[in-house]
Amino acid sequence: METVVTLTLNGEMVSARADQTLLDVIREQKIDLPTLCHMQGLSERGGCRLCVVEVQGAPRPMAACVTPVTEGMVVRTHTPELEHQRRLVVELLLAERNHVCAVCVVNGHCDLQWAAAKLGVASVRYEYLHPDLTMDASHARFVLDHNRCILCTRCVRVCDEVEGAHTWDIAGRGIKTRVITDLSRPWGDSPSCTSCGKCVQVCPTGALFEKGATVAEMTKERDFVGWIIRGRTKREWTW
Amino acid sequence: MTSSNGKIRLATVWLGGCSGCHMSFLDLNEKLIDLAGRAELVYSPIADAKVFPEGVDVTLVEGAVANDDHVELAHQLRARSRIVVSFGDCAVTGNVTALRNRLGLDDVLTAVYHEGPGQAPRGDDEHVMPTLLPKVLPLHQVVPVDAYIPGCPPEPERIWAAVAALLDGKPVELPVAMRTFGA
Ligand code: SF4
Ligand code: SF4
Ligand code: SF4
Ligand code: FES
Repeated sequence: METVVTLTLNGEMVSARADQTLLDVIREQKIDLPTLCHMQGLSERGGCRLCVVEVQGAPRPMAACVTPVTEGMVVRTHTPELEHQRRLVVELLLAERNHVCAVCVVNGHCDLQWAAAKLGVASVRYEYLHPDLTMDASHARFVLDHNRCILCTRCVRVCDEVEGAHTWDIAGRGIKTRVITDLSRPWGDSPSCTSCGKCVQVCPTGALFEKGATVAEMTKERDFVGWIIRGRTKREWTW
Repeated sequence: MTSSNGKIRLATVWLGGCSGCHMSFLDLNEKLIDLAGRAELVYSPIADAKVFPEGVDVTLVEGAVANDDHVELAHQLRARSRIVVSFGDCAVTGNVTALRNRLGLDDVLTAVYHEGPGQAPRGDDEHVMPTLLPKVLPLHQVVPVDAYIPGCPPEPERIWAAVAALLDGKPVELPVAMRTFGA
């Protein structure tokens, strides 16, 4: 039998299965919590820190996507302090690389752009770094633009866990971190890439896009991850 | 509000931008007539005033801060305006104007002028041209800014939502769909 735990979420008592994460429960309760690195169906990374929540007794905010529920937990999701921290995260992401939404392939359809708008990021308090970054257009169908990458690793995880190719990985550290394909050879020369396009679809920003798309033309289809996972685990194939 | 005729003293300024934000402002169409009833345009690229006046209530600033003339005007308009609004993405984030920041200043001038035909002054010798700043800056990194209207250009609906609030002496609080950078 499944173990059930009870926790307090924004003052309300809620029940959850013991194997759920806080984010699962928060979403079940229809509470709108922003996320960027989380993608339903993929393993969690806990890297973007947008989903931070306050857990009573914890010394610092916890990322809901990687925090398991426990009995008696008291959780708050939208305190002014948490909202402040989420805005800082988004501002740092916008300052770190070159986000020029007006000329971006996903303008209007970007998770980062919408996260900023929803959180009320009216301007960025940090100095924009404007790094001199490259693009990789060697693939026949897709393009990688490091200028827009937020290092969420959704591409890495979908390629490894769903497609089974593991073309993508992460190289370097800190500010020098980059996504790479096949030990850092051009994407177009990758023997492992099957050209399935899953990475392009799950990428939350304009960092991965289809060739031929110009400003605001690239929209992304994300539901397929759920279809595949459901098919594999429950043998229910729907789309 | 300070005008003797009871109207709000409004200014619009054009720094390092393409004028698209001003074009979108003109796309307010018939709302411009409402606006004219309630505000007096005391300084603007579309008004005949050479010097930024004293005692302005609301100033909309298009464009990023890209050269020393922009810096000077930014300080002047800040000192003479009650409310300063970053108007459009170039003022708000640097946007397209700041695309040159990833290149060094010399590389920019070489790419644009010296590798092309003829010679262009770089502006720092006799101040024939304004001197370019090493990095293009959003307005709020040069002077304090009171409100932001994002968009490239901001749609007339966004401009009106902000301007209408300011005319009523209210803070600018745009709904989520009007708050995105870019779109
Ligand atoms: S990736 Fe998103 S936030 Fe970045 S420039 Fe493109 S639309 Fe803007
Ligand atoms: S390329 Fe896209 S999916 Fe991959 S890490 Fe960067 S932002 Fe995330
Ligand atoms: S924000 Fe867009 S429309 Fe406005 S000045 Fe800049 S480039 Fe032009
Ligand atoms: S969604 Fe939880 S840390 Fe990114």
